[in-house]
Amino acid sequence: MAEVKTPESPKAPDPGKKPSLLEMVWTGQIWTSIFRHGMPDTPRNRILAIMSNVFLHLHPPKIRKSGIRMKYTWCMGGLTFFLFLVETVTGVMLMFYYRPTAEFAYADIISLREDIPLGIMREIHRWGAHAMVITVWLHMMRVFLTGSYKPPREFNWNVGVILLVLTLLLSFTGYLLPWDQLAMWAVTVGTNMARATPFVGHEGPGAAMLKLGDISLVHAGSDVRFTLLGGRFVAPAALLRFYVLHCVAFPLAAATLMAVHFWRVRKDGGISGPM
Amino acid sequence: MNLLAITLPKFYTDAVNVVVGSAWIFMILSTVILWLGLKYYRQLTAPKVAIPIFAVSGILLMLSFFDPQFNRVATLPDNVPIVMMVGSVGFFVWLAFRQMAVNDERIEKGLPPQEAEAKEAEKTFVWPDLVYIELICAVLFTAFLILWSISLKAPLEQPANPAKTPNPSKAPWYFLGLQEMLVYFDPWIAGVVLPSMIITGLMMLPYIDKNPKGNGYYTFKERKFAISVFMFGFIVTWVLLIFMGTFLRGPNWNFFGPYEPWDIHKLEPLTNINVSEVVYLHIFNTGMPRNWFVREIWGILAVLGFFVITPGILVRFVPMFRSFYQQLGMIRFSILIVHLLVMGGMVIKMLLRWIFNLKYIVAIPEYFFNI
Repeated sequence: MAEVKTPESPKAPDPGKKPSLLEMVWTGQIWTSIFRHGMPDTPRNRILAIMSNVFLHLHPPKIRKSGIRMKYTWCMGGLTFFLFLVETVTGVMLMFYYRPTAEFAYADIISLREDIPLGIMREIHRWGAHAMVITVWLHMMRVFLTGSYKPPREFNWNVGVILLVLTLLLSFTGYLLPWDQLAMWAVTVGTNMARATPFVGHEGPGAAMLKLGDISLVHAGSDVRFTLLGGRFVAPAALLRFYVLHCVAFPLAAATLMAVHFWRVRKDGGISGPM
Repeated sequence: MNLLAITLPKFYTDAVNVVVGSAWIFMILSTVILWLGLKYYRQLTAPKVAIPIFAVSGILLMLSFFDPQFNRVATLPDNVPIVMMVGSVGFFVWLAFRQMAVNDERIEKGLPPQEAEAKEAEKTFVWPDLVYIELICAVLFTAFLILWSISLKAPLEQPANPAKTPNPSKAPWYFLGLQEMLVYFDPWIAGVVLPSMIITGLMMLPYIDKNPKGNGYYTFKERKFAISVFMFGFIVTWVLLIFMGTFLRGPNWNFFGPYEPWDIHKLEPLTNINVSEVVYLHIFNTGMPRNWFVREIWGILAVLGFFVITPGILVRFVPMFRSFYQQLGMIRFSILIVHLLVMGGMVIKMLLRWIFNLKYIVAIPEYFFNI
């Protein structure tokens, strides 16, 4: 492919006939500058449609028929990714209205409900998050039941397990942000377990052994739960930490691992099929 | 919801409250149903059997909404996804096992599985065949999400108040299985060890399952053990515990039937007893020994026996496990058996608590070790 060809036009305009508006668009400079191929109705253009598009080139240009059957894949992985995008878009919108401080958080959620016309972004974000947890589980079940974790896909299964954990963590950190009773106590129950972590939680086994003379190293003000919450209780510092984890750290980690996950799907032979 | 004012017959709600509300009956029954389902998956997944099963379950679920207690819990905005999750897991389990039944029949006849047929192995263009499926899925799901969001407001309770603990305080619904474990184990086991083992078990799975068959197509016959273990783990010890945590755990973390009103004053007799107390107070009649090791030796022996002798017995007397041992080798087999025994032991411990009020098998509060 040494020489760069100009994109071919879908149909050579008949010189004698006046081209239709549609033809003028398709053959015009703007269209052809964006899409470097004509109408995807020929094998060549269909392949180009995938290969010359940064978003679509995630896919191979051609794929096994069995791999795209809805009854085989349930589209669950795709839906999970789609929901991640939905959560990103609605999450960014919510960030315009929300301040992660104990002073404003609850009031901002109230105003999301009361003051913003046609505001259903928080609903879409919350229900989308619940739905994403479900689709991740179903995706894992499908991958397990089709044996798709078997060689050569062992590593990608592992990436998937980490993504599943990240999905739960994303949902869990987001749970605190409304700063209402539901949020505070669900997160209190969840993070209470951290104080029992062996050695690094102050109520965990082995923590009492870690001391210098009489000074214990692991106590309620220095253990893993303190690190997670930025304090001894679910308090304003925890709200800020969960907000940063929820909006920045975990989404970046998930996005990075998703890139690996999708890339490895391709490298490991595409959507699984009988070996 | 009271437009129709249907009251469920008392004998029915009482029966359900007993069967589902007594955790041990519910768990044993679910395990038996899962076992029957795996045994007769070919007959049960046939549409003429499966459709009536789904129809009856759907009707029973809908009728349940006429019960005020079930209705109150199931229509809490954050619990709606749980009902959806249970329904969708049921549907997709059927969809998978239906295809397994079809494929297994084909394999018995010497045919390749559906996914390996010549016309399925053909390649097709991603544009438009896959891209359009993805687009349609995304559009339909967006419509579904928008409808859901318009019809159901996101929950918002009173402002956070550290001085006012709700009763019951529940973790987010997807962690309810882990919260349930807190009842039976120390927090470091329930909250740290068990979840870590779920994650490590899942991650090590591809390196332990050395069965080369069933890679990339639905089959049950060729991977009965792997699929049975996974289904038990996912359905009984995860989905079922979430269901229990949502519908059966009420004030003071007491058990309630799904149709039983949450009475905050319900009294549960606190008769839980440790193995050591049974041994020294009821069998030997000697009083509790001072030394923790002497006190707990019986429980320690029982637990050690469970983890050390069971694998030996399995390898010696169960041909399936013997062949696993030979195929997998020492390290892989140990990882497999440890995860299996922990999962099984967890369920056994729960059943012992529910049926015999057994508190801890080994109780060494001196060292934060209670199991």
